[in-house]
Amino acid sequence: MNWVIKMFSSSLGQKFIMALTGLFLCSFLIVHMIGNLQLFKADDGLAFNTYAVFMTTNPFIKVTSYLLYFSILFHAIKGILLVVKNNKARPVKYAVQNGAANSHWTSRSMGVLGTIILVFIVIHMKNFWFEYKFGHEIGYTSYYTNLATGVTVSKEMSAEYTQFNKMEEGMTADENGQYRLVIVKDLYKAVAIQFKEWYLVALYVLCMFAVGFHLFHGFKSAFQSLGLNHSKYNGLINFLGIWVFSILIPAGFAAMPLFFFFK
Amino acid sequence: MEKNLNLNLKVWRQKNANDKGKFEEYKVNNISTDMSFLEMFDVLNDRLVTEDKEPIAFDHDCREGICGSCSMFINGQPHGPKQGVTTCQLHMRSFNDGDTIVVEPWRATAFPVIKDLVVDRSAFDRIISAGGFISINTGNAQDANAIPIPKDDADEAFAAAACIGCGACVAACKNASAMLFVSAKVSQFALLPQGQPERYQRVSEMVAQMDLEGFGACTNTGACSAECPKGISLTHIARMNRDFLVAGMSTNEK
Ligand code: SF4
Ligand code: FES
Repeated sequence: MNWVIKMFSSSLGQKFIMALTGLFLCSFLIVHMIGNLQLFKADDGLAFNTYAVFMTTNPFIKVTSYLLYFSILFHAIKGILLVVKNNKARPVKYAVQNGAANSHWTSRSMGVLGTIILVFIVIHMKNFWFEYKFGHEIGYTSYYTNLATGVTVSKEMSAEYTQFNKMEEGMTADENGQYRLVIVKDLYKAVAIQFKEWYLVALYVLCMFAVGFHLFHGFKSAFQSLGLNHSKYNGLINFLGIWVFSILIPAGFAAMPLFFFFK
Repeated sequence: MEKNLNLNLKVWRQKNANDKGKFEEYKVNNISTDMSFLEMFDVLNDRLVTEDKEPIAFDHDCREGICGSCSMFINGQPHGPKQGVTTCQLHMRSFNDGDTIVVEPWRATAFPVIKDLVVDRSAFDRIISAGGFISINTGNAQDANAIPIPKDDADEAFAAAACIGCGACVAACKNASAMLFVSAKVSQFALLPQGQPERYQRVSEMVAQMDLEGFGACTNTGACSAECPKGISLTHIARMNRDFLVAGMSTNEK
C-alpha cells in the first residue's frame, strides 16, 4: 500500500488525480447534456420529469452520482492545494512577467476558472438538486396521454398535493378513451420559472464561458498528465477538447436558460 | 547594419542571499546592436568599476549557448524576447533605442539568489545525482553500432540530451516546476538500451528529489518548452509521467 500513497502524494501523482477526476467530470457533462436536451421537447416536461425520476432513483446512477460528488470535491480541493503548493515554489514574484509570450491565458488561469465553476456548481445544486430532493417548493403535475391519439394533456396538481413517490403511473378512462396517467414531481416547471430571472440566466451563461475556457486547457492537459501525448492521437484529443468540450457542450448548456428566458 | 542604442536598464541588485534586494536603474549609451546582452553588461560593469561601484554579478561561462549558465529574466521572459536562444546569444539588435529593459534573476524557492542575478541551481545537480546517470563499469569503448538502436529513438534521445540545464523552464513556469528539465534527463536514457536496467528506479528517484527541492507541480502550460533555448518538447514530460506511473505499479517496493 505504501507505494500507492507514495505515488499519489508526489507532484506527478497529484496530477494523475486531477486528470482522472477531471476526465470523469467531463464524461458526466456529456450525460448531463444529453439528458437535459429533453428540456427542449415541447411536451410540458413529461419526458424531462420522468428522466429526472430515473436519474434520482436508479441504483446504478445513484452510486455513480456519489462518485461524481466525491470527484467534484476531490478535484476542487486537490486543485486548491496544488495552487498553494505552486505559489510556495515561487514566493518572490517577478516584477515583469510576460506570460502571454509563452503560454495561453486559460492554462495560467485554471485556478480562477475552476473557482468560478465551483461556486456555480454550489448555486446550481442548491437551486435544483437540493430543491428537488429535499425542498418543498416543487409541486406535482399530472399528464394524461390518450392511448388512441397519443395526445398528452398536462394539469398542475394543487399546491397541497403530495405523494409518497416522486412518480406514480396508472391507467384511467373517460368517454373519450383510455389514458395513461403519470403524476410526477415537476422539476421542468422549476426550471422554467427560475430561468425567467434575468440575473440567473446571465450567471448561467457567464459560467458556461468559464467551463469552456477551463476545458479548453483542461481536457488536453489531462491526457498530457497521464502521459498520453502522441502525434497519432493528439489531433483527436485537440479536436474533442476544443470543439466538443470547450464549445459544443458549454454552448448547449447556455442555450437552456436562454431558451426558457425567451420562450 | 550596426547601430548604436541608448538604453535604460532596471537591474535587480541583491548583496547576498539574506539581503532584501531592490531594482537599480542604469543608463547605458552607445551600445552596438552587434553586442550580445552579456557584452552590454560587460560595458556597464567596466563603467561601474571605474566609478568605484560594485559591478553587477551574473553567471556566464561559454558565451556560445551551450553551458546554460547565463540565467537572466529579461522583460518578463527567461533569456529575453527571442525564442531558442540563451542570454549570451541574445543580441542587442533585438532591442530599440530608448527601450527600458528590466533584468531579474530566476525566481524559485529551489533557486535561491546568491547575489544580484546569480542563483544557486545546485538543485538540478542533486536531481541528477539522484538518478540521472547510467551505472556501468567503464572499459574500452564498445564497437560503434554493436547495440542496435532505432534511428527514431536515437534522434529523440539526442533531442532530449540537448538540454543544457539552464533552468529557463523553471524560470518561465508559473509554478516554478522543473518538469521539462527532469523529463529531458529521464527521456534521454529511457529511450536507449543502456538506460533500461535503471529506467523505473531512475524516474522514481529523480521525481522524488525534484519534489524535495521545492519545485512546483506541472500544469501543462507549455511555457517551459516555448522558452527552452534547446526546444525540449513536452512529449518528454508525457514520457516521464508514463514511466512514473509504470514505475509505481511495477517495481518491487511494497
Ligand atoms: S529543458 Fe530547456 S530550459 Fe529547461 S534546463 Fe534544459 S535546456 Fe534549459
Ligand atoms: S554563457 Fe554559456 S550558454 Fe550562455
